[in-house]
Amino acid sequence: MSDQPIVPVVPKSLPRTSARGTRAEQFGELLYAVFAAVMNVLDYGFAALQRGIGPRRMAYVFVLPNLLIFGIFVLFPMFLNLYYSLTGGTALFPADRPFVGGQNFAQLFDCDNFLNPNSCREDRFWRGVYNTITYVVLQVGVMVLIALLTAVVLNRSVRGRGFFRSVFFYPVLLSPVVIALIWKWILQRDGLINAALVGLGMERIVFFLHADWAVFWVISISTWAQMGFYMLILLAGLQSIPAELYEASSMDGANRWQSIRNITMPLLMPTMLVVTVLAVIRAVQVFDQVWVLTGGGPGTATTYVVQYIYETAFAGQIARFGLASAASVVLGVALLLFTLVQLRVGQRSDME
Amino acid sequence: MFSVTDFVTQTRGRGRLEWTDIFIYLYLSLGTLVMFVPVLWLVMSSFKTPAGLVRFPPDLLPFSLQTVSVEGYPDPLPLYDVAREDGTVQRLAQVRRVGLEAQMVDPAQPAEIIRVNIDQRTEVRELRLAWENYTEPLRRFNFLVYLRNSVVVTVAATAITLLINSMAGFALAKYEFRGRQAIFVIIISTLMIPISVILVPVYLVITGIGWNNNLLGVIIPGAATPTGVFLLRQYMLTIPDELLASARIDGASEWRVYWQIVLPLAAPAMAVLAIFSVMWRWNDFLWPLIVLTRSELFTLQVGLAAFQGELNVQWHYVLAMTVLTLLPITLVFAFLQRFITTGIATTGMK
Repeated sequence: MSDQPIVPVVPKSLPRTSARGTRAEQFGELLYAVFAAVMNVLDYGFAALQRGIGPRRMAYVFVLPNLLIFGIFVLFPMFLNLYYSLTGGTALFPADRPFVGGQNFAQLFDCDNFLNPNSCREDRFWRGVYNTITYVVLQVGVMVLIALLTAVVLNRSVRGRGFFRSVFFYPVLLSPVVIALIWKWILQRDGLINAALVGLGMERIVFFLHADWAVFWVISISTWAQMGFYMLILLAGLQSIPAELYEASSMDGANRWQSIRNITMPLLMPTMLVVTVLAVIRAVQVFDQVWVLTGGGPGTATTYVVQYIYETAFAGQIARFGLASAASVVLGVALLLFTLVQLRVGQRSDME
Repeated sequence: MFSVTDFVTQTRGRGRLEWTDIFIYLYLSLGTLVMFVPVLWLVMSSFKTPAGLVRFPPDLLPFSLQTVSVEGYPDPLPLYDVAREDGTVQRLAQVRRVGLEAQMVDPAQPAEIIRVNIDQRTEVRELRLAWENYTEPLRRFNFLVYLRNSVVVTVAATAITLLINSMAGFALAKYEFRGRQAIFVIIISTLMIPISVILVPVYLVITGIGWNNNLLGVIIPGAATPTGVFLLRQYMLTIPDELLASARIDGASEWRVYWQIVLPLAAPAMAVLAIFSVMWRWNDFLWPLIVLTRSELFTLQVGLAAFQGELNVQWHYVLAMTVLTLLPITLVFAFLQRFITTGIATTGMK
């Protein structure tokens, strides 16, 4: 009785009954057969284990692989990071690193005037900090507004909504490197944009030699690349607002603006909050796309905190792991504070 | 009847053209252009010859100079239309250019050199796709190796992520055990912590294990995604306990309950996670950049970035390789786009 195999539950996407399915179905069946064979073999081991420790403790067996990898590669490094930030030298292994206390932090915060990066010992760090703050504010603001506008437009039942949704989403799938190269090519001296400028009778601009233009394009390009994702979430939020609410309010004589103010805005608020938080967390980490696009330049105009961490630890003449860790502790604390503030805001808007 | 509901909810203009309709279609067409033209421009440019790429203003389509082999000259010569003094136009091949004068030959009579002013000639150009932009770097550089590495990393990491995340999600959703709450809270609290915050210590762990310059060092660390565990746990909570109980009565082991009952029922959530994992891994850049320093282990993204740094001037190769890098994910999207966009909209994750 105990070895009787139970009736397999087969997912709907894998029809196993038809003898002559399409090639895709056959491939699916083959895949499932391999999967089932592996799982059946594993079952001998796990069933034996279960007889040994009892069915309830199997839960620990199920969480173990994930927890192990999580512990080794996320939790442990988080604590190690703190220790690193308190040690000096260039050695990688903690045992070889002298304990220096708060020296790395002191070096980071060694500034005559915190508002002027030139007066700081680690001026690149502070430039990164201010660049990152500017980037986060501008990029998130612009991107969330455009994403909202697009979501509102697509929420009307326009013809071909699915098509447009996919069009706006497509760049989200592209890698940072690919995105950077696409735009580097368009923005280069003899590129498409300059051709358009010359065609309109204007001067050519070498965009990445001007700090303001570089910042403008870095923000525009990341908006272009990520907007579709937030647009999708906002669209889902808009569609979850019941249509009856609008009907009822228009029957009560509310005008268009009143329904937007009293129905759409409050009901979309939680989604907006989620979108903003996700966008900020992403924006704080800005690095790869910009690094390929501008290399942080011109000068330090587009150098951000993560680039500072990367270069301090891995790309400099000497590997200053302690300083890099201290900088990432600062970054982590900033993110933590931001998350806490957001939780408070979220709670308050729940109470209202 | 036009009412407020038309604006924010789902009704069409019903034959009447409102200003909002005009605005909406204007916005959507403009948006489509902005979203697609950069990628389209990349693809079209990738088929141009180096000479075609440096033309300014750029051509829309990949034109290249037509050439002809002339007896007595080892290399093919570029063709020009030359306006002669007598008013006729003759098609000649250019041998060399000296100052303002070009020395040309008639391909039919290669012995006689004709001297013409360079103002009198215009290039003869033909539409030609420069496939050599694609074949050359594949032959001369390690691109197939990068491609293989990327495929290995993406497939292996996605399989491992799906397996261990679903196991953990199952345990957290369907068992009562000591420490369950604690484990869940710890995993969720790291949802917001990006890898860029712990770069140095993870690098140390990888070095300690000896996974430097090893694809395992790229595959394993990111496998225990908090997002995946959270998503799958939430989804598995909706599976009724009675199904599991009846399977146990039939004598199924816990492992069998997991893979034969719970996994198939969680297939939609698994599919969403699979798509995300593929996207994360295929596009991942910073971590492979740190772990992999030997070029034969580069993934496509790292290889491409290194490639454009080295060959700053060789845009024709860089563009073609960029197209190759975005092709797989574009194909996946083309086939699964509806599924992907609705999947993200319902789970709201990245």
